[in-house]
Amino acid sequence: MPIIKSKRDLPGVRVRHSKNTSEGATILLETPEQVIIPMQQHMGVPCEPLVKKGDAVLVGQKIGESREYFSVPIHASCSGTVAEIAVYHSPTGSSCKAVVIDTDGQQSLDPSLHRPEIASQQDFIQAVRESGLVGLGGAGFPTFVKFAYKDIDRVHTLVVNGAECEPYITSDYRAFLEDTEHIVEGVRLIRKYLTIDQVYIGIEDNKPAAMEVMEKAFAPEDHVTVVRLKSLYPQGAEKSIAYAAGGVVVEKGKLPADCGVIVANVSTVAFIGKYSRDGIPLISRRVTVDGDCVKQPGNFRVPLGTPIRFLLEQCGVGEEDYAKALMGGPMMGTPLTSVDAPVIKNNNGITLLSEKAARLAEPTACIRCGRCIRVCPMSLMPARLEKAYDRRDMESLEKLCVDLCINCGCCTYTCPAKRHLAQKNQLAKQLVREQSRKKA
Amino acid sequence: MSRQLVVSPSPHLRSANTTSNIMFDVILALFPALFVSVIYFGWRALLVTVVCAASCVVFEYLIRRIMKRDNTISDLSAVVTGMLLAFNLPPSVPLWVAVLGCFFAIVIVKQLFGGIGQNFANPAISARIMLFISFPVYMTTWLRPFAYQYSEGVDTVASATPLLAVNEADTLALFLGNVPGCIGEVSALALLIGGIYLAVRRVIHPLVPLVFLGTVFLFTWAAGDNPLNHLLAGGLMLGAVFMATDYATTPATLEGKLIFAVGCGLVTSLIRIFGSYPEGVSFSILLMNLLTPLIDRFTMTRPFGTKGGNVHG
Repeated sequence: MPIIKSKRDLPGVRVRHSKNTSEGATILLETPEQVIIPMQQHMGVPCEPLVKKGDAVLVGQKIGESREYFSVPIHASCSGTVAEIAVYHSPTGSSCKAVVIDTDGQQSLDPSLHRPEIASQQDFIQAVRESGLVGLGGAGFPTFVKFAYKDIDRVHTLVVNGAECEPYITSDYRAFLEDTEHIVEGVRLIRKYLTIDQVYIGIEDNKPAAMEVMEKAFAPEDHVTVVRLKSLYPQGAEKSIAYAAGGVVVEKGKLPADCGVIVANVSTVAFIGKYSRDGIPLISRRVTVDGDCVKQPGNFRVPLGTPIRFLLEQCGVGEEDYAKALMGGPMMGTPLTSVDAPVIKNNNGITLLSEKAARLAEPTACIRCGRCIRVCPMSLMPARLEKAYDRRDMESLEKLCVDLCINCGCCTYTCPAKRHLAQKNQLAKQLVREQSRKKA
Repeated sequence: MSRQLVVSPSPHLRSANTTSNIMFDVILALFPALFVSVIYFGWRALLVTVVCAASCVVFEYLIRRIMKRDNTISDLSAVVTGMLLAFNLPPSVPLWVAVLGCFFAIVIVKQLFGGIGQNFANPAISARIMLFISFPVYMTTWLRPFAYQYSEGVDTVASATPLLAVNEADTLALFLGNVPGCIGEVSALALLIGGIYLAVRRVIHPLVPLVFLGTVFLFTWAAGDNPLNHLLAGGLMLGAVFMATDYATTPATLEGKLIFAVGCGLVTSLIRIFGSYPEGVSFSILLMNLLTPLIDRFTMTRPFGTKGGNVHG
């Protein structure tokens, strides 16, 4: 199938790519002595632990489950003994239980694991749920929920998100090169069981090798088109890529599926392909470790629950080398208060920033240059939103559609006055939510 | 206890854009016109420019101190205002008149309304108009180019502005700036070089001056004047490139900016063709400055995925 160029893109900013880790093959990380497995690694309801202190666990064994619909099970990434059920405080401020496992280094696989038997749409969605899969690119949305959309038959387009627009991160790029077969299988399964007509694989034009591999991998009957996207952050945002690669406008207040499109990250698709063959649930993932102060950056296959500190030690990074540690990339990453936090399902990279990069300029007066408006992928007016928030003007906030803000950070990034525009939008969104709750 | 990490909300990167970088680009873009002016009008043109820039910085520093606000002179916007005001003055203007203009621009028009980004009218243009009304003689005494080479002394070689007989003026002289006029207005070529620099550096959107100039061209042509001479004469090029593109006093979106530019071109043409003043650029920009909040209100962006929402081309 040919590679086509995206016709139209939503606005954004040109960031330094810093894809230093593109060329290195993924390194298999050693098993750490202890893993901390939080019972919430997904958007939705946290799981309850199925094991207790002292229990022996095997690799792939289900150790967390919830009776609620909006949740996904959690599996042990290492074999060993449960040391304790601890309370885990996540970097985003929430807390949940966590199963702490003292590993035995044997990595003995749970013998009850088997290839899922998939014969229908229902089987497929059930298998995706049982695998513990969440969106591996960002927010950790349970993948099966996306697939179990009520009008799934109306969805005609699958967009495979391989934009990877965040600086430094290359874990999706490595997936294109290393998990090609799994991606092909994953796409075939999704097409078959969700009855999708057309598949677009969106890849930014700074990754020509990935485009080439994908172009060769698919047969004409797969109806797969590789779309070359301009390297423009946030090209990988769901609405941006649905538009640029899939040609679909996701309307305000609607899900992509309402508009006929499903967007899935490439690593998520690859995992579906792999799971359909070996039945091993989501227990490890590829993580990029890089930043402006990492001497030996690279991609690592990391057991989930591995303390980030252990991962950094393997890359030869000392405590004194960095001032800021992020889960994710430098544009949208979550800052860590401690590197004792574990790697979780949706954690595609660890970005370490030096003292110099971590020190950000103080805001000065808005000069009304309009740059924030020009770069906003959602065509919002961040400078106006900021003023509306400062005077707590709810009417203006709603009229200016603050709820559409995807927190990509382009406005803050580009602002010459260094104003905290995206940050103010988050506060404004929270305010609007609180107010509407009060009204209700 | 391990060392404490820096924690702040995303994004964790910032672009290299800063207010002072933008202002520095504008200052650089003004240099070709300044250079040409010194050639045509001698060191006095440079003296007026330096005095204006310096007094704007001093006024900004003092008024911020008196108002107990933070010191903002490092953003370089006062330097830009000073240079632009000087560019709007005849080279023979008495220095005290120039300094008075700087006071008006910085203290009254800019800082009393909240400082950078908050003023509703362009400080340099407002000051020019104030001086023009208050000191009409000083403000309309023009030097012939190279007057400094004459032995009689500078003051005696006054001349009329080419705008009084715009159709008879020499187009090439207007383009190069070899005509009587304000310090920074005479050379359309030098101003264009500055404008191209600003457009390349993405400080201004090139469509704004182009639409302003295009509107004037069309209207003066329709009125039977020499449209090319209208473009090159007077303050049009300076106004179109440097004043109609000011961030604080023009609309925020491109759509709004273009409406603004058409309005400027229209008013300039009307004043030049029908008005009692030979020049209309300053008045047109000031008038459109006042309309900016209204234009802003009608040219808000339509968020993505909303009714009639922007689909980017």
